[in-house]
Amino acid sequence: MSVVFWKELADHFSSRRFMILLILIVFSGLWAAYSTGQAIRQNTDTVPSQYAFLLLLTSSGETIFSLATFLGFFGPIVGITLGFDSISGEYARGTLSRVLSQPIYRDSFINGKFLAGLTTVAVLWGSILLLVIGLGTTILGFPPNGEEIWRMLIFTFVGIFYVGFWLALATLFSLLFQKTVTAALASMAVWLFLSLFVSVVSAGIAGLIVPEASTPEALSRRADVENIIDRISPSTLFSESVGILLNPAARVFGMAMQSQAEGILPTPLALDQSLILIWPHITTIFGLVAVCFGISYIIFMRAEIRA
Amino acid sequence: MSAVVQTKDLSKRYREKFAVNSLSLTIEEGEIFGFLGPNGAGKTTTILMLLGLTEPTSGQVSVCGFNPTRESLDVKRRVGYLPESPGFYDDLSAQENLLYMARLNRIPEEQARKKTVEVLEQVGLADDGRRLVKEFSRGMKQRLGIAEVLVKNPIAIILDEPTLGIDPDGAIRILEMIKSLNREHGLTVMLSSHQLQQVQEICSRVGIIVKGKLIVQGEMDALGKSILKGRQWNFLLEASGATDGFERDLQNIAGIDEIEKRPHGWFLRCTSDVRSEVVSAVARKGLQLMQLRSEDPTLEEIYLKYFREA
Repeated sequence: MSVVFWKELADHFSSRRFMILLILIVFSGLWAAYSTGQAIRQNTDTVPSQYAFLLLLTSSGETIFSLATFLGFFGPIVGITLGFDSISGEYARGTLSRVLSQPIYRDSFINGKFLAGLTTVAVLWGSILLLVIGLGTTILGFPPNGEEIWRMLIFTFVGIFYVGFWLALATLFSLLFQKTVTAALASMAVWLFLSLFVSVVSAGIAGLIVPEASTPEALSRRADVENIIDRISPSTLFSESVGILLNPAARVFGMAMQSQAEGILPTPLALDQSLILIWPHITTIFGLVAVCFGISYIIFMRAEIRA
Repeated sequence: MSAVVQTKDLSKRYREKFAVNSLSLTIEEGEIFGFLGPNGAGKTTTILMLLGLTEPTSGQVSVCGFNPTRESLDVKRRVGYLPESPGFYDDLSAQENLLYMARLNRIPEEQARKKTVEVLEQVGLADDGRRLVKEFSRGMKQRLGIAEVLVKNPIAIILDEPTLGIDPDGAIRILEMIKSLNREHGLTVMLSSHQLQQVQEICSRVGIIVKGKLIVQGEMDALGKSILKGRQWNFLLEASGATDGFERDLQNIAGIDEIEKRPHGWFLRCTSDVRSEVVSAVARKGLQLMQLRSEDPTLEEIYLKYFREA
């Protein structure tokens, strides 16, 4: 497996595709960090001093997106770009049957490919985070504290698996369709649906299930239904978990009743408390990756390999 | 001699249609086996089953004594396979492509480097090893494919349509290369093709498959014998001089079955090799021998015959 892994990793890093992604990500990362950093510097009175570094990732400053939102949006594109031709490309070039007629187990081929993709994602994600930390230290004038680093690390971990889901999905499609273009389009379609239209659909369904939302109870029930459907989408899972993870003050998803908020001290949550809140999200993302990759794995193991 | 490839009642069914139908095949060690058949006859499907790249519907296969479905790694370690129009990683050089395959075969790095240079030399690509594969012509790619098959030091190689889409000169080069590999390294070769004339010269034995069924397998001349019912020796004799009455002399030679007059001589259908008798008859009569050519049945004739029957 390691042979396939290193070969694929070298391919990823030397491909033009990766270069384009890297340039895009690095520049937008730098820009976002710089502009929010400047904004934080200018409004030092209003900014809570304790978690200034996390604000670099979450506040949008003068830009349209915060960096976290940007990554949530851009991550799927990275995953799809790295995965959509992983199997179909080998078919098209006629290399698959040659590789598989070598004495390697079939699963080491697909495992090696997937791990190489995941590693590439990790490198991208890690590099952008390091950039932000470096730039942030320069602009703000102090380094992040221990908890901030932990939160960022977990953020990276969640992010890698979030992108990993799209990578697995694109791999699955590239296996199912065998035509590179079809695989790319299918992945894009799923991405568009899950990140843009799912909220429309969930609002519609919630409206059908709870038609009269005049009382607070009914309103919250409708919101619950909406949330549950929204959470099918890994994009929702990601943005919700990032919202909790990078904002220690946050303690609920979406809306909360007035009565629920009563008596809460406006102090930040400890890291483990934040983690408990998003634990289901993380496991779901992880599960989605496993399911997607598992399906591709089974199909690939049983597939007939013609040139 | 032991069988390198042996199949028994091997079948592969796609939905209702049999791609390969109860095929029993034996390939002995050290021979060049020509697996012939028209397009879509089931050649590639059979090869895929031999390598465990697809599972047979029923029947038994053994390659080098292993079952390709369950022990595919053992088979793939010993057998090299060159698919029809093989693909390469275009952005890598020829040598890097070979090195990748060597690594997949777990050949130690230093040994792999030496081996790749050696096989590139063997197929006549020694000077092109550093060039990117995307600059290669089709014929060069095919030779690179053969080089790659050799990297793992196989005991047998399976080549699927090795001469497909290659100009006649290039095809002859490839076939000569295959033949010398067989002779010098004792490699067992199985090659599939639909181009008979090219292939018949190097095959020691052939099997003809049509519509998934193996119609005939055997040595070339044995196939000829079975088709031409004992008249396997055909000669064209041309002689000049006083040829009156010579036909009677020919009739007296034992072994000549049928004599047919041709513009400058005779066409002889014989039951044995009568060339020396014919030459001495010509000399006795005081004629000048212009030519005596053996006209064996070509594989093409054999093939077409079976082909039409099926």
